[in-house]
Amino acid sequence: MELFILFGPLLAAAIAGLGQRFIGDRVAQSLTTGAVMLAAGFSAVILARVGFRHEPAYTIELFRFLDIGPLQSIWSIRIDTLSAVMLVVVNVVSALVHLYSWGYMASDPHRARFFSYLSLFTFSMLSLVTADDFIQLFFGWEAVGLASYLLIGFWYKKRSANDAAIKAFVTNRVGDFGFALGIMAVLFVFGTVEFDAVFAAAPSMVGKVVEFGPISVPALELIGFLLFIGAMGKSAQFFLHVWLPDAMEGPTPVSALIHAATMVTAGVFLVCRCAGIYELAPGAATFVTAIGAVTALFAATVGLAQNDIKRVVAYSTCSQLGYMFFAAGLGAYQAAMFHLFTHAFFKALLFLGAGAVIHASHHEQDMRRMGGLWKRLPFTWSMMVIGTLALTGLGIAGTLFGFAGFFSKDAIIEIAYAGQAAFAGDPARAEVAAFAFWAGIGAALLTAFYSWRLIFMTFHGEGVTRHIFAATAEGKAAEAAAHHHDEHAPDQHGPDQHGPDQHGPDQHGHGDHAADEHGHAHAVTDHGTAAPQGKAAPLVPWTMRLPLFLLACGAVFAGVLFEPFFIGHDQAKFWAGAIATLADNDILHLRHEAPPWVLLAPGIVMAVGLLFAALFYIFFEGSGAKIAANRGPLHAFLSRKWYFDELYDLVFVKGARALGDLFWKTGDKRIIDGLGPDGVTALARAGSRITARLQTGYVYHYAFIMLVAFIAFGAFMLFGRAGGGS
Amino acid sequence: MSAFPILTGLVIAPVVGSALILGVQRLSGPGKADGAARWIALVTTLVTLGMGIQALIGFDPSVAGYQWVENYAWFGTARYKLGVDGVSLPLLLLTLGLMPFCILASWKSIERRVPEYFALFLLLETMMIGVFCALDLILFYVFFEGGLIPMFLIIGVWGGKNRVYAAFKFFLYTLLGSILMLGAIIYMALAAGSSDFEVLAKQDFAPDIQTWLWLAFFASFAVKMPMFPVHTWLPDAHVEAPTAGSVILAGVLLKMGGYGFIRFSLPMFPDASLLFQPLVFVLSGIAIIYASLVAFRQTDIKKLIAYSSVAHMGFVTMGIFAGNELGLQGATFQMLSHGVISSALFLCVGVVYDRAHTREIAFYGGLVHRMPVYAAIFLLFTLANVGLPGTSGFVGEIVSMMGAFEVSTGMAIAAASGVILSAVYALTLYRKVAFGELVNPALADIRDLDAREWLIFVPLVAATLILGFYPALATDLGEASLRAIVASLAGT
Repeated sequence: MELFILFGPLLAAAIAGLGQRFIGDRVAQSLTTGAVMLAAGFSAVILARVGFRHEPAYTIELFRFLDIGPLQSIWSIRIDTLSAVMLVVVNVVSALVHLYSWGYMASDPHRARFFSYLSLFTFSMLSLVTADDFIQLFFGWEAVGLASYLLIGFWYKKRSANDAAIKAFVTNRVGDFGFALGIMAVLFVFGTVEFDAVFAAAPSMVGKVVEFGPISVPALELIGFLLFIGAMGKSAQFFLHVWLPDAMEGPTPVSALIHAATMVTAGVFLVCRCAGIYELAPGAATFVTAIGAVTALFAATVGLAQNDIKRVVAYSTCSQLGYMFFAAGLGAYQAAMFHLFTHAFFKALLFLGAGAVIHASHHEQDMRRMGGLWKRLPFTWSMMVIGTLALTGLGIAGTLFGFAGFFSKDAIIEIAYAGQAAFAGDPARAEVAAFAFWAGIGAALLTAFYSWRLIFMTFHGEGVTRHIFAATAEGKAAEAAAHHHDEHAPDQHGPDQHGPDQHGPDQHGHGDHAADEHGHAHAVTDHGTAAPQGKAAPLVPWTMRLPLFLLACGAVFAGVLFEPFFIGHDQAKFWAGAIATLADNDILHLRHEAPPWVLLAPGIVMAVGLLFAALFYIFFEGSGAKIAANRGPLHAFLSRKWYFDELYDLVFVKGARALGDLFWKTGDKRIIDGLGPDGVTALARAGSRITARLQTGYVYHYAFIMLVAFIAFGAFMLFGRAGGGS
Repeated sequence: MSAFPILTGLVIAPVVGSALILGVQRLSGPGKADGAARWIALVTTLVTLGMGIQALIGFDPSVAGYQWVENYAWFGTARYKLGVDGVSLPLLLLTLGLMPFCILASWKSIERRVPEYFALFLLLETMMIGVFCALDLILFYVFFEGGLIPMFLIIGVWGGKNRVYAAFKFFLYTLLGSILMLGAIIYMALAAGSSDFEVLAKQDFAPDIQTWLWLAFFASFAVKMPMFPVHTWLPDAHVEAPTAGSVILAGVLLKMGGYGFIRFSLPMFPDASLLFQPLVFVLSGIAIIYASLVAFRQTDIKKLIAYSSVAHMGFVTMGIFAGNELGLQGATFQMLSHGVISSALFLCVGVVYDRAHTREIAFYGGLVHRMPVYAAIFLLFTLANVGLPGTSGFVGEIVSMMGAFEVSTGMAIAAASGVILSAVYALTLYRKVAFGELVNPALADIRDLDAREWLIFVPLVAATLILGFYPALATDLGEASLRAIVASLAGT
């Protein structure tokens, strides 16, 4: 069963990928979907066994991967509650995304390749979460990066998709740079890379100091810090977050699976898996908290001013990952995993819902061109509202009523508050905890605002989308189009304003067209005057609705059902030591001592955020657009994402180019070749003019020099031996 | 062990094939022996590969010493002594394994002086086999230098526009190093009264003598690797060499440098190796970062891959001079892996060069639309070059870095940053060549792989993946021999 979970998707991916010519799209998509669905079922059984029936954790060893001196890595399937939770998340979301893609990708000519990549990703992610040592973890870590690269660049005709794929890969590589060094440090310090052995030995390494480059640092802090750099890359945390929004160039099901529910959470999983190290490395843990808190707040601010529906959700993901990290950094790994779990449902729901909107509106992604869609897409609308309620965390404190995000996110905010007291002995860490608390509250406010802004701009208000949705009469379509131009002309963030990042909404919005060979035909009929086809061609087919519905169930119930197990009174039995916390870590209990205002604060700020969003985008519709149109410095700062892309482009991209040119043209050509062979050639030419013309080549040269050398060294030898003898 | 002297058989077989080709040419007259030459060359390389596999089957990996040894007196101290151990056998097999692909890759693309070309190629094979089998310094030197001449001619006669410049540069550099090494070899033979590796490895040279000898050998091997700053011959040689020449250059000739370091520098001059470790680390670090950045700016596909080779060889020198088991295993694995991957990449370039006759990156774009199979294979090797897990490139890089980390974290940091840079240049190259719209009308009806090219790539893909998923296949082979070297280092 475990073997099938892991290798079923791999096998399906291989057959679908290599045999696509022979089996065709239909078989390929059925095969991959079936394999992942079955794997999802098996995963649920495994979680039930180890998590709920408390069967002991176990590891299945498959084959020897590396066996070199101290470096021993055996390819294994490690099953404990932590990996079982991840198995369920990965396989369930993946299965639903596979199914959803039947509808979403229906008109894509490369479906078999798409499904093959999706299943390949699933396998990679599974091998990551079931790793029993750092090497296999790293293997899966890089492999999911590969799958992400392939899927972001799935529409390879698009330059922007290719660039985004490379950006994602390279940014992740920056993280991997730290991760790889972290693994090296683990091997160096512990003499093994195997998890249990490392965590068992960790307490005895507390005082150990190692040299790292020019500095001496505590070994565990160093390892914790380096591993977290890897996590920052994979989970798009502050400084290394730049790839995630661009990754939205990939097909939307990919965004839901990889860039919301699973791969980006690998960093959180890593920190939780390495709890045994972070518990003993307070400095590194504080760093984790700080970066997480900054990201939570930062990404939420950027989310306020984005107009691409997918990018809003992407920044929201970034922000929510920040919550998970600061919880983990404060020692509440269980809470981080809980939020990871619930977030997978509602964020996948939001992405797939956004995908349904995009699909139904023929690859329009700019929210400014949408509006009033709830009448056209009532089902999608209701699903998106559920997702938003779950994300913003609607619930009533102290009762069982609450959407998934209410239970997990509010718990994290309370934990941050509790952290101030829990780490009273470590003032820096307590201060960071306080910062995390306020950042969590602030981010919750902003989350509510941007999430409802998304709903309002897309589904409510005056429908500028009428032109997309084929108005019933010619006149109306023309009117709608005119209306759209009048209202939004001053609001156009054309490519000129967006400048170097090349992702202006105009360019971006219709991007999918380029790859969708049938898209154009659709667009013509629906943009034109033809009446809608009614039920003949549903805008959102059942294959897309069913996953939405199931995820919505998760978004509603995952919180209330699982809270007792993940972070509540049954948590110790549930995790059964899979998360190696110290005995004195009682932050999960301390959170219950938070005063009432802390419990109520998230709910209040959520309501305030909703209110403001409604004010700007419903009651005074257009006022949001006006603010944007004024192009104030704050708005520009936010809409251009704090200028990170510009800064990195200037420093790293241009810097690498300049250095490369310098080394090549000055270093290699002028200095090395100039002084070396070319200089010698010039000398030799001058010499050969004087002596004879050695037309036929340099073999004679060679023989001649060898002769000279023989004589020279013969002489040297005599001299040398004489010298040695005396 | 069987009585058949298999290593001598390996050395001689290509010479026989070579003679056969020239004989057929003499008999049938100019221009008529081309087909026969191709087939004789292919059969010869397959026979040698078969013998190589025979040698592998009879090889006992648990023994550290030399096996399949043949030992005869030659002249003076020089002996005709052959043998392989866990260090040389993988490289020998790499050489034998790549040769048939070189012949296949030259099948159509070589149009002038066909018999001479294949005869020279077989001669080159003899020399390369000899380098990895020789157990006598003088014999080694003969093979080591002997390989220069066919390679020089292959570049100089069948190369591109600037072939003479490139061939000369190649020759000048390698020669410069060799002269110094020859001096050291003569000194050692005289001082020890023997040029037998096993005798020399036990000889304790005084530390200051070691220093000079180490430097002399270093000069030769550093050029071969090539290490910064004596690497500039490589891009030129690659650009001008025919595809198969590039394959051998990257796949085998570069490995001779690494082999030399492991075979001579470490066991024979352990004190000097330790003394110069910082120097090698600095040069390796520079090679990795410098060459990666330069690769990023190249406009010629072959030059880009050549610079990437320089960077990857930086991992090899780093691993070797880390001097521990991880470092040495990583370095040998990296050599093997790079031998397969870079060869495959040059073959990939050869495929499009044969069709479009240019290596300018800007000329291409959107190949995936017309050549989906080619694009998939090229992608696989690009990713292998980037060191993605599941391919052999991953193991070599990570293991050699782990070895270096134990010795110098600074070295490991520099090397790890090279891993970022390799992703930048390799993926950018791939994007420009394969992805995007197919704009250039000259590419409108470019063909995908034909049967001969399938035959070339399928085994290389298999090798990359098998070594990537089951590296123990190679690391077990070298374990005993490398441990012996590590032990000898630790003893000093």
